[in-house]
Amino acid sequence: MGLETIFGSGFITSQLNKIINWGRKNSFFPLPFVTACCGMEFMATWGSHYDVARFGAELPRFSPRQSDLLMVVGTINHKIAPVLKRVYDQMCEPKWVIAFGACASSGGFYRNYATVQGIDRIIPVDVYIAGCPPRPEAVLEGLMLLQKKVEGEDILNRGAPIMVNGQAYSEERLVHVEPPMDRRANHVIASHEGPGVHPWQGFEEAERR
Amino acid sequence: MPGEDMEVDESVTSVKLKQAFAGALLGRHAEHGDDTLTVRREAWRDVARFLRDEPDLRYNVLMDLTAVDYLTLGDGGTAARYEVVAHLYSLPHNQRVRLKASVPDDDPHIDSLMPVWEGANWFEREVYDMFGITFDGHPDLRRILLYNGFEGYPLRKDYPQDKEQPLDHNAQDPTFYMNKRDDAGSETRHMFVHMGPSHPAMHGVIHMTLELDGETIVDGDTEIGYLHRAFEKEAESHTYTQVIPYTDRLNYVSPLINNVAFVLAVEKLFDVEAPERCQYIRVLVSELSRITDHLTCIAANAMELGAFTVYFYFIKAREEIWRLVEAICGARLTTTYTRVGGVMADLPADFADRLMEVLALLDEQMHDVERLLQKNRIFHDRMRGTGIIAPHDALALSFTGPVLRSTGVDFDVRKTTPYLVYDRLDFDVPLGETGDNYDRYLVRMEEIRQSVRLVEQCMAQMPDGPVQLDDARMTMPPKAEVYGTIEGLMNHFKLIIEGIKPPAGEAYVSVEGANGELGFYLVSDGTGRPYRCRVRPPCFALMQGLQKMLKGGMVADVVATFGTINMIAGENDR
Ligand code: SF4
Repeated sequence: MGLETIFGSGFITSQLNKIINWGRKNSFFPLPFVTACCGMEFMATWGSHYDVARFGAELPRFSPRQSDLLMVVGTINHKIAPVLKRVYDQMCEPKWVIAFGACASSGGFYRNYATVQGIDRIIPVDVYIAGCPPRPEAVLEGLMLLQKKVEGEDILNRGAPIMVNGQAYSEERLVHVEPPMDRRANHVIASHEGPGVHPWQGFEEAERR
Repeated sequence: MPGEDMEVDESVTSVKLKQAFAGALLGRHAEHGDDTLTVRREAWRDVARFLRDEPDLRYNVLMDLTAVDYLTLGDGGTAARYEVVAHLYSLPHNQRVRLKASVPDDDPHIDSLMPVWEGANWFEREVYDMFGITFDGHPDLRRILLYNGFEGYPLRKDYPQDKEQPLDHNAQDPTFYMNKRDDAGSETRHMFVHMGPSHPAMHGVIHMTLELDGETIVDGDTEIGYLHRAFEKEAESHTYTQVIPYTDRLNYVSPLINNVAFVLAVEKLFDVEAPERCQYIRVLVSELSRITDHLTCIAANAMELGAFTVYFYFIKAREEIWRLVEAICGARLTTTYTRVGGVMADLPADFADRLMEVLALLDEQMHDVERLLQKNRIFHDRMRGTGIIAPHDALALSFTGPVLRSTGVDFDVRKTTPYLVYDRLDFDVPLGETGDNYDRYLVRMEEIRQSVRLVEQCMAQMPDGPVQLDDARMTMPPKAEVYGTIEGLMNHFKLIIEGIKPPAGEAYVSVEGANGELGFYLVSDGTGRPYRCRVRPPCFALMQGLQKMLKGGMVADVVATFGTINMIAGENDR
């Protein structure tokens, strides 16, 4: 009995997933945790030239309680690390994290006593944006990748493995982003990555559009 | 740069000092034109006071105070392992001196200079933090860039560069905030407010604790170091050329000025000067960088006061300048444009036309913003009469740059000790009157216009010619020689593997950064890596005066004042 018998099982949750994820991905409220030089490119991306409003993410919220996307922009050192953890803990689910730039992703070219070698030692990360600093184009690409990721989530069980083309995407919350050098390089990427991973690079979708 | 009378053995300073303190002066040299005096540790403060007060000397600004660990250089660092180094500047007589004193390993302490110059405060705390040298008579000696619980002193030569000491990430009680302002012993009706380290108006991470009586600020403390990423330690393990990218990330709003300043310091060690065209190019890119810095400062400042349109206008203008910078050196922000003895490449062919277009756009935006802000009642109310600092306080606290000039003190390194080709160019130094936030805004706006003038003159006067010195000690041989001759190949190999090797010695170079005097103090041991690379960061001095500017004001002025100081965390914390 019920709608499942008419539409088949999973219809309601999958449609609900779709509509809620559509809402979520098009209205990020980023919390810019800006520490260093990458902040300059953050400002540039949020300026009128690159116009991040096209992705619905133009309104930075500086309170962790009002935001769902933590953008860690710049170098994190050991002194600020507990603060970052605290800000992350204060954010409500659902929440996502972007590591903006080489320093946030890996410590960058600072290999010393002061610098944390990547924020994923402290908090989980969804999207890494490469570059020192990443160009605004790469930032937008990273944002679009996060949108794609959100699209595929199961709203009731966000920790569950994400299904990509019928296969479980294994690394739960990890997507590596390279700045798009050449969008036509699809076959190159495909030859390097196993199936089920490369669509997450976001190239195919962009090609179709 | 080497002057005419620098070769004489005695300077006015050393003669005077000898008369007054016969036994205190241990040595003197004037390598590369820097007058350097070594004094006995016991006489440190007396000598400093004498230098400040003697009418013929009047060294009234403590530009920089730092230390060097000579553990692996010289006699193995037994008797005199550390050297505390102060750079003094005399505004009335426009001269500089370097004052040094040795500090032994087993008893590392020296008198504090705070009674002489208030501005010694943070500089001495930094030396304590990095070298473990204590300063007698310092009222508030505690860690500044690092945190409680950090063991050891990282800039000592025996501290391994990559030895991390992480904090507990889950610590609920932020005990690592080392603010001296704590509830104990203060008025009970006063309230403590924490601003930062994650706060919308704190572009760059700092943490302020403010003691409030109602809305009035009674006292406060600033905690910095949240972006300390060990530039000075990193520099010691990289070749001179490899340090240049690190300098981009000091003041990342005007990276080209840092690039220029660093290579000028290395060139001073070599006693060489870049070719003429290169010098013009360096001035040109420095001024472009100064423009972007001031644009960013005003944009962020106005945005924090609610004038969002200004932000969009100026970020647009900055974007256009960045495109120019990208055309010059291939990167928007992290430029790494200069090389020792020259620059990476000449200007692109269509540069002049593009520059003119950008300057026209900039002029338009400036005009719009002036109308938006200078005719805006709210802006006036928030900026006028807030964040005031008096000229004598500013000098005592080692202020430089637009913040010092807004108080009416005429000090601009480009005028007082012209470097590169600034002496051939015609420009004015805008001065303020009251030293409030509004004056600082006006000074910055006018400096943008002056920088535009400089850029235009550079383009008009720039001669043709090479942009890199033809000197095998620092310049890569052309590829044909590398592949064709054994000398070329060897030279290339040596420059890549061992790096550029300046002669042993020390040199201090200062340039006018966007926030004030930006200095590099290099100690070379003759190898390919700097033995010590010290930056004199302009914001560091400004930030230690922040609380003085805030005291007595309203809590709402914090944002405006902090904005006009234009703290850049990369440079402040290094
Ligand atoms: S990645 Fe590069 S630009 Fe970004 S914060 Fe690190 S050093 Fe600065």
